[in-house]
Amino acid sequence: MDFDYTEEQLLLKDSVDKFLQKTYSFDARNAIIATRAGYSPDIWKGFAALGLLGLPVPPARDGFGGGGVETMLVMESFGRHLVVEPYLGTVVMAAGLIATVGTDDQQQYLLPLIMNGSMRLACGFLEPGGRYDLAHIETTARQEANGFWVLNGSKSVVIHGAVADLLVVSARTSGKAGDADGISLFFVNPGEPGVAGLEYPTYDGMRAAEVTLKNVQINSESLIGIAGRGLPVVELVADRAIAALCAEAVGCMTALKDATLDYLKTRQQFGVPIGRFQVLQHRMVDLLMHCEQARSMAMLAAMKVDSPDAVERRRAVSAAKELIGRSGRFVAQQAIQLHGGMGMTNELNVSHYVKRVTAIDTLFGDADHHLDRFTAAAQALPLPSFEKPRSKWKQI
Amino acid sequence: MNLDYTEAELAFRDEVRGFVRANLPQEISRKVIEHKRLGKDDFVVWQKLLHQRGWIAPGWPVADGGTGWNPVERHIFEEECAAAGAPPIMAFGVYMVGPVLIAFGNEQQQQRYLPRILSSDDWWCQGYSEPGSGSDLASLKTRAVRKGDHYIVNGQKTWTTLAQYADMMFCLVRTASEGKKQEGISFLLIDMHSPGVTVRPIITLDGEHEVNEVWLENVEVPVENLVGEEGRGWTYAKFLLSHERTNIAGVSRSKRELAYLKHIAAQEKAGGRPLIDNTRFSDKIARVEIELMALAITNLRVLAADRQGKPPGPEASILKIKGTEIQQAITELMMEAVGPVALAHLPDSWGDHWLGERVGPEYAGPLAARYFNYRKVTIYGGSNEIQRNIIAQGILGL
Ligand SMILES: Cc1cc2nc3c(=O)[nH]c(=O)nc-3n(C[C@H](O)[C@H](O)[C@H](O)COP(=O)(O)OP(=O)(O)OC[C@H]3O[C@@H](n4cnc5c(N)ncnc54)[C@H](O)[C@@H]3O)c2cc1C
Repeated sequence: MDFDYTEEQLLLKDSVDKFLQKTYSFDARNAIIATRAGYSPDIWKGFAALGLLGLPVPPARDGFGGGGVETMLVMESFGRHLVVEPYLGTVVMAAGLIATVGTDDQQQYLLPLIMNGSMRLACGFLEPGGRYDLAHIETTARQEANGFWVLNGSKSVVIHGAVADLLVVSARTSGKAGDADGISLFFVNPGEPGVAGLEYPTYDGMRAAEVTLKNVQINSESLIGIAGRGLPVVELVADRAIAALCAEAVGCMTALKDATLDYLKTRQQFGVPIGRFQVLQHRMVDLLMHCEQARSMAMLAAMKVDSPDAVERRRAVSAAKELIGRSGRFVAQQAIQLHGGMGMTNELNVSHYVKRVTAIDTLFGDADHHLDRFTAAAQALPLPSFEKPRSKWKQI
Repeated sequence: MNLDYTEAELAFRDEVRGFVRANLPQEISRKVIEHKRLGKDDFVVWQKLLHQRGWIAPGWPVADGGTGWNPVERHIFEEECAAAGAPPIMAFGVYMVGPVLIAFGNEQQQQRYLPRILSSDDWWCQGYSEPGSGSDLASLKTRAVRKGDHYIVNGQKTWTTLAQYADMMFCLVRTASEGKKQEGISFLLIDMHSPGVTVRPIITLDGEHEVNEVWLENVEVPVENLVGEEGRGWTYAKFLLSHERTNIAGVSRSKRELAYLKHIAAQEKAGGRPLIDNTRFSDKIARVEIELMALAITNLRVLAADRQGKPPGPEASILKIKGTEIQQAITELMMEAVGPVALAHLPDSWGDHWLGERVGPEYAGPLAARYFNYRKVTIYGGSNEIQRNIIAQGILGL
């Protein structure tokens, strides 16, 4: 057991921190959000140069070969700088997915394009009316005699869906919405006839899309993994995304904590810095404790997300998302409260961290959703056994 | 970064587990797990067994009787002992006065007291709090006046835990009233069998006798019982408070209690189904469990920082606050779990070998009392509000 980072991990963290410090100021970020695309091609090239786009890709495929801990380090830094680039979908989810279950051809063709920065991907795992349920899939995929698949249905809140060069979608090859079996994964080229979308901004400075698929024809090589057995893969990819988002949330929460503490020391009222007031001191301590507990959970999720034991992975990831959902809410609300009117402004970065933390709770399942999932995972484990109470004597 | 134990750590765990399994009397572990009343002997028997094995004081320097374990090994030891239902080691001797004597006591004091702390031949109690001095401890008034080669001590200590068993008390007394109030405090060792010492029970809301008032009336304490220098007692007391932090969070014990809570909730029925399947209740269990998972990691992070030689700091206060909140939440849920039978107050049935009447299942008996008793954990050892003050100053610089 140890809590130390390797030399390589420290180097990775350092290079990401330095790059973002140089390129991703709050103003620079706002400028990126104001562009049509909503992300920065230059930054993306920078990520490619740093090797970040191949983070989950094994060294045998010229990637970094990172796991949960490496992703955590990168994402925490992204959180601190409020990075809006399509990294989660392209790298953490899609590249990880391809490296895990892609065919040799898929890996050989796609991974280099992702790593050199010329291809971005987005994942559509949720559908209208399905809330956070990854098994609630009504989109259908039917295989024609010529081997082609025909997809029909719609995907909801596909983050960065409109800037993606390639989509990954889940669809049903059998069964009905809610069934665990019968889900398959496909690559869909957004340029195919029948693919339409509505792009919209999200309140946290990102972009998302509602995607509809109408008789979209894709070739047989577009199937990812085994037909009908996609759900465990979707769940694994979602868990990786969650672990990454937990780290990103910790980055945001830490920034909020630092900003708030700074404000308590500098803002004067009643002739003293407001940090002199005990009620605010204690609130600030609670804020700190929420940050520390959240950090611990992001670490736990990072360490367990690669576990071959799916129950252990699910338990840790859902526990982390639940705790961070709640603690993120607390930290965000108190950061605004302790900044007073300034906390309400769009001008100060505080509100932008608040919005991102709030958004993270709604991505891949909120605190309540993961409390359910955590309990379900716990029920898969045997109950603790204690010696049975001895027989009860009754004295009359 | 890795949570898995190494081969060596696994071997160590097996060694500890083997020892605990072979030596911890089942009668004692059952009382601990089932929240039965523990007597002095229950603590002493287990502590003597640990002493014979050389494991009673893991945190002490090896030369003084410590084990030389690293923080991970100490953590493993805690986990194994707690999981098996071993009684906690009484803190006053091993964790509190022992380290102070090692750091600040003279050789004579060390030779006289340390071996008897290790062997549990002396039972120690802590005489800090007074009726007028709780959180503001430095305002304490118990006076020690030097007269020849004795101090004459007069005053009243209160909340003194298990003083009814104690042979010795380490005590903060005022030896000077001018200057800063902290600078007039000295650290004295008082023989509880001395004339002028009176121990009076305070019955707490659970009906139990755990704390006492200790009256000191013209008690003669030999000057050789002064630890370190006169007027430096406050420094030693602060050292003591920051010293022991491996176990301050109580994570290992809370894990066992949480498992027991699930065990109870699986047997209780609500609407004909196991309570543990009732969403409203299982949500509460799950939330505590998640908080505890996080605290376990936070605790290990603090230990890891320890290993890198960083000095103990106010992070210990985070562990104390979170740890006690979780302990209280678990006792509360256990009481809730058994429903109305929690009302039955039959203290005699909390002893061992009770063959008389019970109401409800055996595990239900002590749960309400335990819930009430555990309100103490956020008050003593520096209340959680005081801990927040410490964090605000020590970590946040407010
Ligand atoms: C079961 C039990 C066992 C104990 N065992 C021992 C023992 O063995 N030896 C011993 O010496 N003592 C012992 N104590 C005493 C314990 O250390 C004190 O109770 C504790 O320090 C609080 O002091 P008090 O009870 O006087 O409360 P007070 O100090 O009067 O506090 C009352 C309330 O005010 C709050 N408060 C006080 N000051 C501040 C502040 N500056 N800012 C914000 N809030 C504040 C407190 O947090 C608390 O909520 C024990 C107490 C209990 C309950």
